[in-house]
Amino acid sequence: MSEEKHIDIDYTAKLARINLTDAEKEKLSAQLDSIIGYVEKLEELDTDGVEPTAHPHPVYNVWQEDQVQEGLSIEEALKNAPAQRDNMIVVPKVVD
Amino acid sequence: MSEELHYKSASELSELLEKKELSSVDLTKAIIARTKAVEDKVGAFNSYDEADALAQAEASDARRAASASLGPLDGIPVGIKDNLAVNGQPLTCSSKMLEKFVSPYDATCIEKLKTQGAVLWGRLNLDEFAMGSSTENSAFKTTSNPWNLDCIPGGSSGGSAAAAAAGQAVMTLGSDTGGSIRQPASHCGVVGLKPTYGRVSRYGLAAFASSLDQVGPLTRSVKDAALLLQAISGHDERDSTSYKIAEPDFVAAIEKQRGHKWTLGLPKEYFATAANTPAMEPVLKAIEYYKSLGCEIKEVSLPHTDYAVATYYIVATAEASSNLARYDGIRYTHRAETFDAKDSVDIYCQSRAEGFGEEVKRRIILGTYVLSSGYYDAYYLKAQKARTLIRQDFENAFKEVDALLTPTSPSPAFKKGEKASDPLSMYLSDIYTISANLAGIPGMSLPCGYSDGLPVGLQILGKPFKEDELLSIAYEFEAGHDFKDQHPQL
Repeated sequence: MSEEKHIDIDYTAKLARINLTDAEKEKLSAQLDSIIGYVEKLEELDTDGVEPTAHPHPVYNVWQEDQVQEGLSIEEALKNAPAQRDNMIVVPKVVD
Repeated sequence: MSEELHYKSASELSELLEKKELSSVDLTKAIIARTKAVEDKVGAFNSYDEADALAQAEASDARRAASASLGPLDGIPVGIKDNLAVNGQPLTCSSKMLEKFVSPYDATCIEKLKTQGAVLWGRLNLDEFAMGSSTENSAFKTTSNPWNLDCIPGGSSGGSAAAAAAGQAVMTLGSDTGGSIRQPASHCGVVGLKPTYGRVSRYGLAAFASSLDQVGPLTRSVKDAALLLQAISGHDERDSTSYKIAEPDFVAAIEKQRGHKWTLGLPKEYFATAANTPAMEPVLKAIEYYKSLGCEIKEVSLPHTDYAVATYYIVATAEASSNLARYDGIRYTHRAETFDAKDSVDIYCQSRAEGFGEEVKRRIILGTYVLSSGYYDAYYLKAQKARTLIRQDFENAFKEVDALLTPTSPSPAFKKGEKASDPLSMYLSDIYTISANLAGIPGMSLPCGYSDGLPVGLQILGKPFKEDELLSIAYEFEAGHDFKDQHPQL
């Protein structure tokens, strides 16, 4: 459990797009350090030549024909939007 | 009728409905009445829609009157975990992020239940986005264990397990990413089955960790679990990970395989750590029972067991951080009212800060960390390789035995608040269940006794796509005991 691997909470929270309060940062970084310390036990394991598992069963590329199908209507698709106008989702202005 | 309607099994109720000795409307009214009578104590539901349920029940009765019944589930109220999409109903995932979200479509398992006439009943509480083992991580309410209201019902499908145990639904659907069906089933004294990865479509299940998630039944009897699994199974072209494989008749299989002498394995690594835990005594008695039936009991080894929790919490959080990126505050979720408009990403960061609870934040940040540049190989890739070793352990064990017997959980239900401040100890309580998700194999929990008045579950783990064998092994035990007829005093 090397010191340098301790989580950089500001950087990681920013990557995760979550604002944290100072109190949350303090609590989470201590908890995450202990969890990361625990999961580092995998380092003991010899995995040379072991294939990674992404899917537990042999399913590979799955293809299907492109077919035009009915989807949700605009009204249905936008029903849950926090703000909408003229069949569009309203978002705040991000450029001047 | 010796037993109250709300505690009858789906198979019994189905016969009564078929013989027209009972109407779905009367049954649904009985379930609604029971729900209301005990909900103050149990708190299993995020919401329910009585009028909608009664309308479904009326439609079912009309079908039966016209001799057009859609099968054994027609008219049976089935409770739904609040992370499965039902068109027109809320889908909160017990998160403030989706507090106002209404599903615009049906999950495949829901569509299947509708095609078979089931009455979809209520939205059952869970740990937020299915992340937790106690249902205490719900943003909305605490669910209590019907056997002891001071205790947690388990999680994340705590509402589904508690509602089934309390007679607030005839049976329920849950989802299992690391034990989220089996552990609450064991804590609430009901049957819970996590199918083989790929058996049930995940389309319309709010994704947590996509390579681990499965939808499955929680019921009061093994036969009902077979019935509900049958109803939701099958390949679905909308879920490319669902598997094209023949669907056995699970209900017929459990009758046909009665009396079979199974070879059952005891993973020595599980029993070494579990030796003195309070949940152990009923499990050991259950093993003796199988022996008395003439089953062969063999010790087997799963040598990588000790790495399962670490592997799981890397894979699951990595996938969660990616899956939950969709909750952005822009399109269909909670959006922060105030944020730094000069920073183009602050609307995401602030909406997510307000919408997600503590455990979800913890897991997203951990998952982001293990996937972040410089750490990917050391954590995520390493864990995927460890996952291969864990999967191979099971393949090797299943060369010698038909199925494995283990405790479902190291202890019976714990007191509310007991583990809330220590996430790692909460994670370690999933030790017996998570390997099945990593290996993609089916697992179930079956009531096998009590410890201090709290139910204890026996876990049965089986070969991929051999749910019929799991159910048959469980049915054999259930037939020799009366746990399925024992209910909590509420």
